[in-house]
Amino acid sequence: MHTIKHQKARSLYPTFERKAPGADVSHYCPGCGHGTVHNLIAEAIDDLGIQDRTIFCSPVGCSVFAYYYFDVGNIQCAHGRAPAVASAIRRTNEEAIVISYQGDGDLAGIGMSQIVHAANRGENITVFFINNAIYGMTGGQMAPTTILGQKTVTTPEGRNAANEGFPIGMAEIISSLQAPVFIERVSLANAAKVMKARMAIRKALRNQVDKKGFSFVEILSPCPVNWKMTAVEARRWLENNLEPVFPVGNLRDLPKGPFDRVDKKKVARISNKKILEILGVGEEEVHAGTVQLQEEQNIKIAGFGGQGVLSTGILLANCAIAEGLKTTWLPSYGAEMRGGTANASINISHTTIGSPIVSFPNVLMVMNLPSLDAFEDTVRPGGAIYVNSSLAPRKVRREDVAAYHIPVSDMANNLGAIQSASVILLTVYALVSGAITIETLQKVIPLSIKRKNLVDLNMRAIEAGIAWYGENC
Amino acid sequence: MGLEEKNFIEINPKRCKGCAACIVACPHGCIEIGSEINQMGYQFARFAVRKCIACGLCFYTCPEFGAITVYKKPRKGA
Ligand SMILES: Cc1ncc(C[n+]2csc(CCOP(=O)(O)OP(=O)(O)O)c2C)c(N)n1
Ligand code: SF4
Ligand code: SF4
Ligand code: SF4
Repeated sequence: MHTIKHQKARSLYPTFERKAPGADVSHYCPGCGHGTVHNLIAEAIDDLGIQDRTIFCSPVGCSVFAYYYFDVGNIQCAHGRAPAVASAIRRTNEEAIVISYQGDGDLAGIGMSQIVHAANRGENITVFFINNAIYGMTGGQMAPTTILGQKTVTTPEGRNAANEGFPIGMAEIISSLQAPVFIERVSLANAAKVMKARMAIRKALRNQVDKKGFSFVEILSPCPVNWKMTAVEARRWLENNLEPVFPVGNLRDLPKGPFDRVDKKKVARISNKKILEILGVGEEEVHAGTVQLQEEQNIKIAGFGGQGVLSTGILLANCAIAEGLKTTWLPSYGAEMRGGTANASINISHTTIGSPIVSFPNVLMVMNLPSLDAFEDTVRPGGAIYVNSSLAPRKVRREDVAAYHIPVSDMANNLGAIQSASVILLTVYALVSGAITIETLQKVIPLSIKRKNLVDLNMRAIEAGIAWYGENC
Repeated sequence: MGLEEKNFIEINPKRCKGCAACIVACPHGCIEIGSEINQMGYQFARFAVRKCIACGLCFYTCPEFGAITVYKKPRKGA
């Protein structure tokens, strides 16, 4: 009986159903190096037994569709950002094996800073850098790694250093940093070199399994179509032209990284108490922990820049922290910080919050008419809208939400504290919803506002809000 | 001698794009481009010369997924 010695890796799907038509073949051009590297990575994943915990971060570029093929966890990242995405996964999932797979436009062009900083932090991830000296996907423009004299769509006369600068050696740049443990440049020019590439790829992944740190493999890879050659010619051209500029070989292979991220004790951690102090919440002084939310609060506060919309959002989030609740605060503002529009998204919950974004709030607080016009329709049925009726003269049109029209700008003006208008709105919200208590609001304000007279004005604003609630609700 | 006594490779016509990278990779000149065309319009490669040593160089060089499978002959006496 014959035995199978080499066959398609299990970490690649049997057929590629997401890629139609032609679910048996890749989407790559005939002879493209990407497929060869995919096969090598997939074999290493099989052999290391890490298929069920591998997360493959694919780039923008021809390999954008790597998730058609790899039967592992997949994330398709924004252009050049795969190392940042990989870092985030690394920091939040200790067991994941994280691969950042990138082309030269992606890694050395738009993503240059991402890769340098991920490498500099020594993230325990594995980066496969496919250097084909050109932008493949977009039709053959010059890449940072295009060699001098190389003709591309954007260097029709050949790359000229005086005009476009010199080709960038990424492996050398990475090896100028202290943190990486493994750096190697390999080539797909011929079968013997493919076997060396295979070894480097395996090593770079094994390092991560062993929690050694940042491993980087640069792979010189043919792009026959954009080089305008056959697959065989492209491999020869690669050997004769790319390899002299980008010498293959190992640049670093350390037994262990310069620091041990795995051992948490060695990483200075900031205490929760310290974080609360920095945020101006002062846990010990306020922590109430008595609030029971009816439902998770997904809040949008919107108005002109300068109306205190963003800081009122922070105040609300800080109160939620003081109540012992989970919260997020996400600001959004136009280019003009003053006079333009601004809004803040705040979530308050008893359980972990998945995303800070609030697209469909159940609470809307608007400080002006444009904000009411912009966000009224996004409020979920059964939600509540709090309107600064001084500046938004019309009524809420929705009938499936609760509406509160409060002339907070006029009220604040009467107090001589126009800036505190949004605090009045917040006070009414607190009383109606019960999501935060007035007591907490009164305790948190002095922790985040340093000027005594402003604290007093805000306290008077809270009183005004309480009075309005008493008369109208 | 039949295939049963020799190493051989199988090239899946549906998965091959006829790029010829494997032909250059093979140290024993075992592979050639055939005359037939597959459903995708590629003139696919085929195993032709039975001097294969099951080294896998064609397999590792090929950019397609599962286009080549390498079989090793039975060990003597097995
Ligand atoms: C933010 C952004 N800018 C530009 C593009 C256009 N774009 C798509 S792929 C690409 C370059 C890909 O080149 P490379 O990283 O070398 O990968 P290859 O296609 O050669 O594998 C560019 C510039 C984009 N998709 N997104
Ligand atoms: S354009 Fe180049 S890099 Fe992209 S699939 Fe084709 S050969 Fe590969
Ligand atoms: S390398 Fe693969 S795709 Fe190219 S001709 Fe050989 S078997 Fe076909
Ligand atoms: S396994 Fe080796 S000898 Fe056999 S066909 Fe492939 S490259 Fe040639």
